[in-house]
Amino acid sequence: MLKRLMLAAAIATAAVATQAHADALDSIMKSKVIKIAVPQDFAPFGSAGLDLKPQGYDIDMANLIGKELGVKTEIIPVTSANRIPYLQTNKADLVISSLGKNEEREKVIDFSIAYAPFFSGVFGTKAIAVASAADLKGKTIGATRGAIEEQALTSAAPPDATVKRFEDNNATIAAFVSGQVDLIATGNTVAAAIAEKVPARAPMLKYVIKDSPCYVGLNKNEPALLAKVNEIITKAKASGEIGKLSEKWLKAPLPPGF
Amino acid sequence: MSYKLQFAELLPYWNVLLYGLVFTIALTIVSTAVGIAVGTAGAAARTFGPVWLGRIVAVYVELIRNTPFIVQLFFIFFGLPALGLKLSETTAAFLAMVINLGAYSTEIIRAGIEAVPKGHIEAGLSLAMTKWEVLRRIVLNQAFRKIYPALSSQIIIVMLGSAVVSQISAEDLTYAANFIASRNFRNFEVYLLVALAYLVLAMLMRAALRALGRVIFKAR
Repeated sequence: MLKRLMLAAAIATAAVATQAHADALDSIMKSKVIKIAVPQDFAPFGSAGLDLKPQGYDIDMANLIGKELGVKTEIIPVTSANRIPYLQTNKADLVISSLGKNEEREKVIDFSIAYAPFFSGVFGTKAIAVASAADLKGKTIGATRGAIEEQALTSAAPPDATVKRFEDNNATIAAFVSGQVDLIATGNTVAAAIAEKVPARAPMLKYVIKDSPCYVGLNKNEPALLAKVNEIITKAKASGEIGKLSEKWLKAPLPPGF
Repeated sequence: MSYKLQFAELLPYWNVLLYGLVFTIALTIVSTAVGIAVGTAGAAARTFGPVWLGRIVAVYVELIRNTPFIVQLFFIFFGLPALGLKLSETTAAFLAMVINLGAYSTEIIRAGIEAVPKGHIEAGLSLAMTKWEVLRRIVLNQAFRKIYPALSSQIIIVMLGSAVVSQISAEDLTYAANFIASRNFRNFEVYLLVALAYLVLAMLMRAALRALGRVIFKAR
């Protein structure tokens, strides 16, 4: 049994390896279709709309790339867990799924340049003047216990700042919306969601805690496709199209230097 | 199953645990004292007060006894600011516990009051005692003696239930446990230790309440 499994695995690996050798950009242009994996459970990057079709930043980005290439875009909804396997088994040509870069992932796939800002930071209403951790003096900041931003805040906040820790994201959001805390340490997507639903307490970015922008993921050894995707992203940044996506889905302009 | 217990990893957090323990004890003592005062007033109002007052107390009792404590707590902490009433997490926790114990103890004390024979009250009044004297020396005296064990149990329940206040970032013993678990991931050790702390606390409180009862209700 084990032997047969191993044999099957070996064959599968070999098949993937040979398929990957064909130039992906060529076959996309030939078939006039690009298959792009997008998230289905991660608003505002990708979630099901009222018509049950995926919508979000990543879907718009996928369509933009298809349009620039002059081919049809085939949207493939995936989850966080299976987005890289979809790429590795050639079920998708690109993964545009709020994918962050890390060492493990860089071993198995390649990344384009960043196409979407994704970061955690300290947010507050316009009226509050805070530009760094030192300015948190005398303020109360809400954060979700155990989250990266909460741990960073705990070590960086001055001693007379109060960090209030809540059990989950919803309680942290409730504390900010109800005014129980002056500031909130969270991700930019959460801040965008609050801004949309409670404009009176719209959280503005005060400073960034951890920056981990999203990249387009693609298979290794596809220099032509990688160069093309990078070219499209660079062009869209310059033309302001990515800025528009940010305004549309993240309710905020692109952060400076993006 | 080869989990290695490492209680030593909790040592760096002893001050967090100690703060949480003191917070839980202080919160319980203060809110118990005020809560029982509320309950006594509620019970007296329901049995001897005017009808409209009794109805208001009845609504309060039913409202609190038929809704979850965490919902009451969230309503006070996250809900009331919408009406302009913003309470700190400690005040909100204290208030929620007082309101909660107040409702339960109203019913417990009322049961005690109703168990006092009418003849005792009539006897007191015919001896020219004022209404207040009758209430204090005859009714409440006997009522509390009867319901003291039930009230003690309710106080312990409130102390254990106070763990919920960690959800609004009040820094009690459970908050300390959650905080430590989020830092060193030693969930087994942390929650075992804190469970033992609650157990010891509950047993000590029971013993203290029993001793207090002996002093208050000395056999005459």
